[in-house]
Amino acid sequence: MDNRANFHHSIEELQNDILKMGHYVEEAINQAVESLMTLNDTLAEQVVENDDLIDKMTLNVEERCLRLIALQQPLASDLRTIGAALKIATDLERIADHAVDISKTTIRLSGENLVKPLIDIPRMAEIAKEMLKEALESYTERNVNRAAALAVKDDEVDKLYSTIFQDIVQLMGSDYNRNRQLTHLLMVAQYLERVADHTTNIGEGVIFMVSGKRKDLNL
Amino acid sequence: MIDIQSLDLFYGEFHALKNVSMFLPEKSITAFIGPSGCGKSTLLRTLNRMNDMIKTVKIKGTVTIHGNNIYEPEVNVELLRKRVGMVFQQPNPFPKSIYDNVAYGPRIHGTKKKSELDDIVEKSLRDAALWDEVKGDLKKSAYGLSGGQQQRLCIARALAVNPEVLLMDEPTSALDPISTLKIEELIQQLKEKYTIVIVTHNMQQAGRVSDQTAFFLNGEMVEFSETDTIFSNPVDQRTEDYVTGRFG
Repeated sequence: MDNRANFHHSIEELQNDILKMGHYVEEAINQAVESLMTLNDTLAEQVVENDDLIDKMTLNVEERCLRLIALQQPLASDLRTIGAALKIATDLERIADHAVDISKTTIRLSGENLVKPLIDIPRMAEIAKEMLKEALESYTERNVNRAAALAVKDDEVDKLYSTIFQDIVQLMGSDYNRNRQLTHLLMVAQYLERVADHTTNIGEGVIFMVSGKRKDLNL
Repeated sequence: MIDIQSLDLFYGEFHALKNVSMFLPEKSITAFIGPSGCGKSTLLRTLNRMNDMIKTVKIKGTVTIHGNNIYEPEVNVELLRKRVGMVFQQPNPFPKSIYDNVAYGPRIHGTKKKSELDDIVEKSLRDAALWDEVKGDLKKSAYGLSGGQQQRLCIARALAVNPEVLLMDEPTSALDPISTLKIEELIQQLKEKYTIVIVTHNMQQAGRVSDQTAFFLNGEMVEFSETDTIFSNPVDQRTEDYVTGRFG
């Protein structure tokens, strides 16, 4: 018999909140990348606007976690689940902030022609999006193996970032406008690299929540 | 320090402790947790042979303290209980003055000189974090103290005979939150000089004060490890279920 059925129900609600938040963040990153590829500043503005909602959701998760800690004094797996929720909410919120960063780049580049076709950035974005999806699914399934596999994808993202960095530096010359656009694109690559890192943090949170073990997925 | 080996205890036919083995290091705090009837208080009472008073009790196995099996027939039980003091759930001061409560044990064990007794009383009350509150009222009845003060007086009384081990059976369950915090602080200070074993129903208390925790269920010691492990990532599912309130 569960003596703390209400408490455990609240923890389930907390996990649902995280997943709901995760869904919005996935949407934000998808739209942000889409807006850049198509230089669609209307879509980009929408991402910026929606970020307020994600911020509110983060605060809501934080408050829920603090209330559960204060009133229920959770232990063992309950405590780990709440601790992981606090951390994962922060990582999701950061990913959403990077979606905003990318969208603002779209707005800054609005009306310009790109100096080169985007090849590696979309690849990187694709992997980062997949990683976010994987991270959220590993959370839902409480699947330690899926969470741990994020490390492999993160390595791919890091390699792509390094390639993009070198390409962009080579393309730079003495033309101010060109350099400005290339720098913005380099920053987009950096944002995506950060998004991937945050998904590995989420994976680490899942592993800790399920097994109580600490594992570094971002070596 | 305290080495329990293959300990079985029966109340008549009832098998209350099943093959318990554990080692409690010197100057550490060990918490025993588990649902009512799990055997934790029974085990605590085996450590100073309080169960001897119950006629139907049968014990197998050994409990050695500093290498001496306390269940050897030649052991002087009064001296054992001087070495292994005990504090109970309800504060139980004697109907005497504060001073006489603390001086009671030393007097029985032969200390007569007033100056010596004065020193022991002051030192014990200081160690029990009660001296500053009662130093002007030593001749007053212990019954005039608050519950939390009475419990600290009982701790002072236990300390007065210079024990090595202090057993505490739910020492704060009858106290208000502030008195509880005072006792918890005190327990941590006492660790510098004494080996402490505490039975508690309050898991957060076990988490706050103890170095290692043992979880008991139906007379069996299910898990015994560092307190952090028990409360953050226990190995046994039954421990997990108990500390998260899924049963018990």
